[in-house]
Amino acid sequence: MAKSLLIISRQAPWSGPDAREALDIALAGGAFDLPVAMLFMDDGVLQLATAQNASQVQQKDLSANLQALSMFGVEDLFACRTSLNQRGMPPTGLSVEPLQVLDDPQIAALIDRYDQVITI
Amino acid sequence: MKFAIALHSPAHAPSSRRALLFAKAVLAQGHEIVRLFFYQDGVHSASGNVVSPQDESDTAAQWRDFVSTHKLDGVVCIAAALRRGVLNAEEAERYSRPAANLSAPWELSGLGQLHEAVQTADRLICFGGP
Repeated sequence: MAKSLLIISRQAPWSGPDAREALDIALAGGAFDLPVAMLFMDDGVLQLATAQNASQVQQKDLSANLQALSMFGVEDLFACRTSLNQRGMPPTGLSVEPLQVLDDPQIAALIDRYDQVITI
Repeated sequence: MKFAIALHSPAHAPSSRRALLFAKAVLAQGHEIVRLFFYQDGVHSASGNVVSPQDESDTAAQWRDFVSTHKLDGVVCIAAALRRGVLNAEEAERYSRPAANLSAPWELSGLGQLHEAVQTADRLICFGGP
């Protein structure tokens, strides 16, 4: 059976290529039909904010790429509730669907459940 | 045990040196390294153009020697490398850039190589940050 991989994305969308490069791992895994999942935590939850205006900072909009996750079969998508709360973001109406918002103990269990973990 | 090692930091970061020491320890303990995958700023750890001050250790050169000596599979992510100006001769020519700074034992390839390593290895160990 294929090993499962959890990608933990912890960087804000416009703080450099990190968010994009974490996402690329997930998309590549989806393209190979592998069991990959993404967890957005810390500043990574800012990637999920709606109504971002990337062109204001001369960047390409990342949210279109995030939408591509489900097209690539990556549907195990998680966000850290604590990180959302800390940034005043509501746990619903975020830019990625389907998204499961997890409490801290659930995150510990999630990490435990995956064979391999990459944090960016 | 089979290890895959991912490095996300450049040669001047202590984490690049830590990754190298870890990789050496893996082999010294009789384990196997199925692949080294250099991603993000880790592509700089494979650059052939790093020049360290004479009284400092040259981690990029040590990585190169380590991979060559043990004939390891050293993969540098091509998308991350192009973005950061780490090119082999073929890519330098393809994009009409004046210089190449990546050569054997390193190989430029895609993220599929990371996923293959994840599948092959018992453990994936990542090094990044400072």
